[in-house]
This record gives sequence, structure tokens and C-alpha cells, in this order.
Amino acid sequence: MLEIKDLHAKIAGTDTEIIKGLNLSVKAGEVAAIMGPNGSGKSTLSYILAGRDDYEVTSGDILFNGESILEMDPSERAAAGLFLAFQYPMEIPGVATMQFLKVAMNEQRKARGEEELKTPDFIKLVKEAAGDLEISMEMLKRPLNVGFSGGEKKRAEILQMKLLAPSLCVLDETDSGLDIDALKIVSEGVNSLRSPDRATIVITHYQRLLDYIVPDSVHVLSKGRIVKTGDKELAKELEANGYTDIIAEAAA
Amino acid sequence: MNIQAPIKHTAAEEVLFQSCEAANAAVACSEESQKLREAAVAQLRDNGFPTRRVESWHYTDLRAAVKQLSTPTGSRVSTPLLAGSKVLSADTHIAGVKIEPWSADKAQFAPLESDDAVGQINTALATCGSIATIEAGQTIDTPLSIENRGAHARNVVSIGAGASATIIESVSGDDGFSSDVTLISLAEGAKATYVATCEKGADAIQLGQLRVALGKDANLDIVIFNAGGRLIRREIIVLVEGEGSNLDIKGVNLIGGNSHIDVTTVLQHTVPNTVSEQLFRNISTGKGQGVFQGQIKVHQIAQKTDAQMACNTLLLSNDASFSAKPELEIFADDVICAHGATVAELDEDHLFYLCARGITERTARALLVEAFVDEAVEQIENEALVEALETRIGAWLEANG
Ligand SMILES: Nc1ncnc2c1ncn2[C@@H]1O[C@H](COP(=O)(O)OP(=O)(O)O)[C@@H](O)[C@H]1O
Ligand SMILES: [Mg+2]
Repeated sequence: MLEIKDLHAKIAGTDTEIIKGLNLSVKAGEVAAIMGPNGSGKSTLSYILAGRDDYEVTSGDILFNGESILEMDPSERAAAGLFLAFQYPMEIPGVATMQFLKVAMNEQRKARGEEELKTPDFIKLVKEAAGDLEISMEMLKRPLNVGFSGGEKKRAEILQMKLLAPSLCVLDETDSGLDIDALKIVSEGVNSLRSPDRATIVITHYQRLLDYIVPDSVHVLSKGRIVKTGDKELAKELEANGYTDIIAEAAA
Repeated sequence: MNIQAPIKHTAAEEVLFQSCEAANAAVACSEESQKLREAAVAQLRDNGFPTRRVESWHYTDLRAAVKQLSTPTGSRVSTPLLAGSKVLSADTHIAGVKIEPWSADKAQFAPLESDDAVGQINTALATCGSIATIEAGQTIDTPLSIENRGAHARNVVSIGAGASATIIESVSGDDGFSSDVTLISLAEGAKATYVATCEKGADAIQLGQLRVALGKDANLDIVIFNAGGRLIRREIIVLVEGEGSNLDIKGVNLIGGNSHIDVTTVLQHTVPNTVSEQLFRNISTGKGQGVFQGQIKVHQIAQKTDAQMACNTLLLSNDASFSAKPELEIFADDVICAHGATVAELDEDHLFYLCARGITERTARALLVEAFVDEAVEQIENEALVEALETRIGAWLEANG
């Protein structure tokens, strides 16, 4: 489903390379975990996937369902089925959450040539999804993410993901700032979306989340490259021994 | 003594003086009113149209802008902002509202400051307007509207003790040179919403002034909406002179094309225990130039004044600009005064977040811009007014976004 080939990317307008020859392949139905120390480039990778123009791909390619997405802008990528749950979801004053959800769902439908949702159907979908995530309708009346607690923001991201039903979900440190109950709710939300034709990339630097969202593969990111790939045992090893040994071993 | 050589008048100024004579001939008035009109013309002759050298016109060069003086063409009257509103004209009957035929003697001319060009022009040229009194104790539920039909209108609106009303003054559509001055007074315990909208053609020059006096425990919400025009100057001059009175100003300026829109507020708190709050949200795009000058004067005896002023602008193009000049003169020591002016571009992070959810860039921009403006509008109490303004804003953004 996703194939990243020898990707190099730098901060746009500078010579600072952050992604330095990254290879990764994720199949349909797979849950891949990307782990790595702070500053290794995890968020940068997720932004590049989503198409943020702060970064410039200098070589390599990203194939999504066999086609390069490098020339697509962020909204086209989203309509094609790519979703990024942000590490730090943006607070957007003045834009009501419900209005935002409706516009996003309908714009994606429009881009795919589907019919727009009728308001009662839309509200029904939101109520169902919000209920599972223990998000109150009162919260959705507020401006998008404004004044939401850290945990509420993360749950709101998962709500968006459920409603937009993407085929590739990228979760950037969705576990950070969550207490154990919220972590369970969020994990259940993610797991409910697992399906043979959907892939998930879980970015985290703690193993804890992977007890709830059990990955099929684990990749260690260091200094802009995947330096080691393994199964869920690799995550446990990282938890026990830290990153230092594995990164040193990979460099040797 | 003025020892400067008399200025050389521009062609437009010469036309202005001819118009003054014509207005004079057309309107009969008492000797006293006549003297005030002549004094205004004399001030204009001495100074010409103001240039940026006049401090209160620092960002708006009226002299350079007025190349030609043409009277407005087309209708100056717009479709009513609120459905079901009643026009304040001498042949309308509204229970609790006294409406008198306009005359120069009822237009409350007064001696003017030398830099009050809007007042001078209007005093010299006014030939029409609405003279209305909301009678004491009356609650008028029907929205009232003031239609400035002539090129230079002068309105007097008095709101009696304990009375309440919503009044909408609007000008639109036409091009040409026009001025509107409205004198508003609120007696003890009166409550009013006064809306002034201006949606003009691309060549229009419109000078507007609200001159307000607030009595004891009076409550006034002013709503300003400006969109379009070549040069719009909107002055709001308020004497907060009644204890316990409360002034709230919300304003939206939509500045696009070659528009220059200048909003200048001058608030004087002259007694203790009064509140004023101003919030402006502006969009400047195309080659639009926006100006906000906000002056707050708190007199020494005006303890416990609470005066807040905020002016936030979104710049949507490289050629657009906005200048803001807050000015506080505070002579009392126990007051809360705050002001903030920001000029920013659309937040790229916000835009990316929306686009990452599949919203096209065009729609995402529109959402963010509308949200920015609506934040001011949504704070207006009157729901129907909020909706009406949001519709106009939406239409403008659609056409200019
Ligand atoms: N826009 C940017 N400007 C400057 N430095 C950046 C930018 N984006 C990322 N970086 C730098 O790139 C490195 C990787 O950052 P990031 O992808 O956020 O790491 P992670 O998510 O793994 O903690 C860090 O050193 C970070 O400071
Ligand atoms: Mg990160």
C-alpha cells in the first residue's frame, strides 16, 4: 500500500537534510510501528507523507497504492485516503468543530465524485463515532480543538479519522499526554478501523501503546533512516534496553 | 493669527465651494444656523481638504484622493439589512417614535474643530436627513432604518430616558462624493443598537461621522460594517458622559480592490464608572489599505473607567496594508485600559491542518478568513443582525477572496 524508496528530504529553503535515505514498505492490512528517539525525524516523516510544504523532497519517491504522491497537494492526498493524526493538533479559533467535520467529509466526497452527505446522516455518523470515543456533543460545538485538553485533542483526531475512514492512517505520538483510560479509548478507536484493506503507521517512542495496538512490524528510525526492522518483540527490546545499543549496533 | 499664505485650492475644492453656495441657496435656515454653515465653509477655505500633515488624518490623504467632486449617481439606498425594518422618514408612523421633517435648524449645527473636515463638509453641504426621537420609556421592537438619500445627509437621533431601539443606517451602491453625519444621544437608562453599514461602488468617496453622547446608565452597541468604496472614512466620536454608561463597538472592515478604509474613533470618558469596549476585525486584500485610529481619553475624575480596544487585521495579499494607531490619554489613576492591534497573514499551520483533512486550499482559506471576521460578529447580541452581517460578509469574501 505504501512504499517509501530512498527518500531524502530537507527543510525547504535550507540545506538541512532531515530524512536521509529512508526506505519503508507497509502492506494493506498491516500495522507498522515506527519508533525512535526524540528528534530522529518521526514527525517530519509524517508531515512529508501528508504533504506539508515546509519540507522538500530532494530525491527518492513515495508510492501510495502504486502511484507517486509527491506531486499531490495535502487535500488531494487526504481525498486519496491518507490521514495523519497530528502529534500537536492545531487549535483553530472561529471554526466550529461540527462545521469543520462536515466540510472535510463533503470535500473528500466531492473529490471522489461521491454525493454530499445530508445533514441528518452527517449528524448520525458523528454521534455514533463520538459516543464510542466518549466525546460529548457539547465539545463538538466548540471551535476546533480550542480549549480542548491534550487528551481531548487526541480523541478528536481519532474521531476525524473514523469519520473520514482513510485507507492509510498515520498516527504521530497519539499516545503522548494520554492517561491510561484515554489510551484505551483511543486504541480501541484505532483497532476498530483495522481491516484487510487498510494500513496503519503508529509513530511512538514508548512501547506502552503497542500493548494496545499490536503491530505487525516495528521499525527503528534514527537520524532520518530506518536502521532496524523487526516484529513486536523489537519494541519490547527497545523498551528494556533503550535506543542507544540498537542504534550503535545498526551503525556498526 | 494665521500668518500662512492662503492655500491654492484644487479644482475639486473649487467645486466644493460652489456646491456649498448651492446648498446654502437651496436650504432656508435661521441666521444662527447660517453663521455656523458659513463658518464651516470658511474653515474649509482656510485649510482645503485635509492632507496627511493634519494629525487626525495621518493615514488618509483626502486632498490627494478627491480628484473630482461628483455627486453620487444611482441609488444611495441599499436593500435593508434587517427584514421588516421601518424607514425613519417624515411620512412613516411608528408608535413611540417622533419623526420631524428635516430642516437645517433641526440639524444641530455647532462650532467645529479646525481638523473636523467631515463635520465641516457636512455642515456646509447637508440638505436632508432624518430627525427622530424615540420617546422616553418606549421599547421599539421593529428595527428602524435611516436611508441617506441625498449626497449629504445629517441625521439627529435622540433616544429618550429608558427607551430602547435598534437603528440601522446604511449607504451603498453608488459612486461619487458623499457625507453623512449622525448625532446620537441616549438619555438616562436608554438602550440602543446603532448599525452603520457602508457598501459603496469602487469610485465612491464617503465620509461618515457618528457623534454620540451617552447619558447616565445608557447602553449603546455600535456596529460598523464597511465594504467597498474608493475612500471611506468612518469617524465615531463618543462622549461617555453619564455615570454607569456602557459603550460597545464591533466593527468589520472588508478592504479589497483599490479601497482605502479609515475608521477613526475618539472616545472621551468624562465621568466615573463607565465602560467602553471596541473590537474591530478587518480583512485587507488586493491593493486595499486600511486604517484604524483609536483614541481614548480618560478624564481625571473618570475613575473606574474600563476601556478596552482591539483591532485585528488579516492581510491576504502582498499589496494590501493596514495601519493601526491606538492612542490612550489617561488622567485618572484607578482605571483599566487595554488596547491591542495585530496585523497578520493567514496562519499556514492552520491552513495545512484543514487541507490535511481533504479540504481544498481555496475552501480552507475561505473558512479561516470567515472565521476570523465572524469572531467579532458573533459577539453581537441581536441574532438576526448576526445572520444578516454574516451573509453580507460571505458574499463579499466570495467575490473578493
Ligand atoms: N521546520 C523545521 N525547522 C527546523 N528544524 C526542524 C523542522 N522540522 C524538523 N526539524 C528538526 O528536525 C529534527 C527531527 O524533528 P522531528 O521530525 O520533529 O523529530 P521527532 O518527531 O522524531 O521527535 C529535529 O532536530 C528538529 O528540530
Ligand atoms: Mg515528533
